[in-house]
Amino acid sequence: RGLFIIRVFLLFLMGETLPRVPGGVPVRTLRVKMVLLGSSGVGKSSLAVRFSKDQFRDSSPTVGCAYLTRVLYLEDITLRFEIWDTAGQEKYHSVTPLYYRGAHAALVVYDICKKETFVRAQVWLRELEKQYIPGSTVVWLIGNKEDLSQNREVSLQEGQNLAQEKGLSFTETSALSGDRVNELLLAVGKSSSHDAPVQTGRLSDNLSLSNGVPQGSDSGPTFGP
Amino acid sequence: MEEDNHQDGEAQEVKISDSQPESIPPADILLGNHECPEPVEGNHSTADDRNQSVDSQPSHVGAEESGLDADVPPHLGAKLEPEETKDSDCLNNMSTHLDGTETEVRVTDNDQSDSGEFVVTMLAKAKLEEQGIGVKGRPSPLLEAGIQESPSFKSQRDEDVTTDSWRQHRKHVFVLSEAGKPIYSRYGSEEALSSTMGVMMALVSFVQSGDNLIRSVYSEEHTVVFLQKGPLVLVCVSSSRQSEQQLLGELLYVYYQIISMLTQASISRIFEHKKNYDLRRLLAGSEKILDGLLNLVDSDPSFLLAAVHCLPLASSLRDSLSQILQKAITPNLVFSILIAKNQLLTIVQEKTVIEDARLEPADVHLLLNLIGASSAFQAGEIWTPICLPLFNPDCYFYAYISYLDPPECTVCLLLLSTDKEAFYAVAECKRKIEEAMLTQNSLSLIAKAQLYSVNQVGVSDLRHFMYKPFDVPDNYRQLTQFTSPEMEAPYSNEEEKMRLLDLYRYMHSRIHSTSRPLKLIYHVAEKETLLAWVTSKFELYTCFSPLVTKTCAITAITKLLRWIKKEEDRLFIRYPPKYSTTPNPSKSSKSSKSEQQDSTDNGYLSPL
Repeated sequence: RGLFIIRVFLLFLMGETLPRVPGGVPVRTLRVKMVLLGSSGVGKSSLAVRFSKDQFRDSSPTVGCAYLTRVLYLEDITLRFEIWDTAGQEKYHSVTPLYYRGAHAALVVYDICKKETFVRAQVWLRELEKQYIPGSTVVWLIGNKEDLSQNREVSLQEGQNLAQEKGLSFTETSALSGDRVNELLLAVGKSSSHDAPVQTGRLSDNLSLSNGVPQGSDSGPTFGP
Repeated sequence: MEEDNHQDGEAQEVKISDSQPESIPPADILLGNHECPEPVEGNHSTADDRNQSVDSQPSHVGAEESGLDADVPPHLGAKLEPEETKDSDCLNNMSTHLDGTETEVRVTDNDQSDSGEFVVTMLAKAKLEEQGIGVKGRPSPLLEAGIQESPSFKSQRDEDVTTDSWRQHRKHVFVLSEAGKPIYSRYGSEEALSSTMGVMMALVSFVQSGDNLIRSVYSEEHTVVFLQKGPLVLVCVSSSRQSEQQLLGELLYVYYQIISMLTQASISRIFEHKKNYDLRRLLAGSEKILDGLLNLVDSDPSFLLAAVHCLPLASSLRDSLSQILQKAITPNLVFSILIAKNQLLTIVQEKTVIEDARLEPADVHLLLNLIGASSAFQAGEIWTPICLPLFNPDCYFYAYISYLDPPECTVCLLLLSTDKEAFYAVAECKRKIEEAMLTQNSLSLIAKAQLYSVNQVGVSDLRHFMYKPFDVPDNYRQLTQFTSPEMEAPYSNEEEKMRLLDLYRYMHSRIHSTSRPLKLIYHVAEKETLLAWVTSKFELYTCFSPLVTKTCAITAITKLLRWIKKEEDRLFIRYPPKYSTTPNPSKSSKSSKSEQQDSTDNGYLSPL
């Protein structure tokens, strides 16, 4: 874990020292297909919009599946995230495999204030296990709505335990405040593109990469347009 | 009540119109291809005294008197058109079982208000029971706390169904399963209404047990219309004074919207497997779409006319947009639709598709509602299965939906494919379209497009109109469209708009009455005069200032028709282009077996 933090930190430092050319020619471009899964109303779309535009939007229930992109320029690599934000509604479940097939990262999201979404997340995990080829998809467990932790029904420990037991990466985020969302995206990018050791357990708070991003993002590395 | 004043006013106005000199030239001459009207049927009507008195005025040329039937809305009290025997039979049947002791001559009327009252009483009882249950089930302090907690979150879904305000909604719509399970209610939560819906189902099955079909119940203030579609029962309780036919049509739209999300095949399959399945599981998150549809049905005449309203656009611009769509194709793409401000800009269809079927206006309405009712499309590019119920109720298309002008989100592109794997290919089409539109500066040209003002027609007394041509252009089966100017003063506020729409609905119900259809109606209302006219070529509704004379109105219509003819390239999508994308015609969605397979396992058999 420490190694990972140092690695990310080093990457960050290097990124900082190199003059960044917007739209400059990077060495490599990697396509990272990620899919957001989970019950209705846990905040998948809000997370997706955070990932893609770094905004918060209270959205209506997703119809089918929304496709969003985000390009992230790192020092030696450009990550092009293709985010598939699936609908949590049951009527779309039969088409969901269409979206998570071939995904590099699958984010199973639950709402920390709703126990049943956590239970549901476990069903999603089992469903995923049937479909994905181990090693090709990195599965993350995400506890969202961390800003509402006063109404918490699922403890941090429960989330961590589940993740550990299944060998998943885990973090709690807040799409509303943007807390740990960019870090999550970066970590997803890393774990999917490099053969970086998969981070288990909660992403450390001191992994803050804020460095005066001009576009008003409260925390996070310099992300591309 | 507002309604009553309005009727009194009408009665007076009717007199005024009668005393006017009736030296009107025959409509035929002025209005070109008007066919010989049917003989007067008004005199047979015993339902409406005033109507009779008007009709029995010393009459003039035959052509006119049948049509120019200055009439009064039939909604004076609970009245059933005597011709509608099916309903009264049904009601007779019911009331004899329930409380029938009628010997009067006007059996139908009394019966029907009795049974209406019965339903209302039953519904009220159900309501009381609910109240009781509510009190018993939950301790009241908790209930209060619950209410206090979230007053700001009160949506129409949380509405208290025991209040008077709930009862006073103009139009309620309920959807339930044959097992009596609530599926949807326009106002209030379905749970709270489960016993009310139980009563509705009891009515349905009671009549059914007598090998009959309940269609409607009329009471003094409400019309209750029932529609049974497969395993679903749809009920509308309306105080809007619309005809049963119209309310039935609206229920059908609700049914189709549900089908568009789930397909007919999967719904029947689900209920075959499990009679008391709770369909709300599958409709969860879609309530807004149904709410949106019902609001549109009330406020947008497209639904009434079963025609699509397209945004007026210079034909050169529309053609260039069509060409852009025509060029951006990929295999299995079947429809490319461009929408701005919730109105159609242009539509391009696959060649083989248009041969065996055309896109029905209702399917377009459902698509437009889906896009308009949800803000979810503004987030990114959407890829979703969707069924076009009139095209094929059992199979899915895959819709690509994306706004072309974020963050304003007014111009929306909708691409329909039969291939569920085609997302990337279809998204590539959007890129091409976007690029082409950028080079042609189309977006800013579209932004300038707007509805036209009735003043452009240049007819002084004309306030508003709706014109629906049949088969534009001639003899070719095309998407049915209509054109209509913006509603301007005095119809600029919501209330007045609704009032005008209600008048149009009334005219429409008379024109399309199943028992006594009319070709031409001249109707003097309290604050305006309306003229509706249907021929083999078009259907026209016009609204004039109140003191217009028949002569003026008819002259005005001649002018209006000339103006529309002149402007038709701008007002309608005239020759929608086609493209060919289906390498193998058998892959067309109409005949695709695999698609149907997909649709049937939707949701229900999913492990979650």
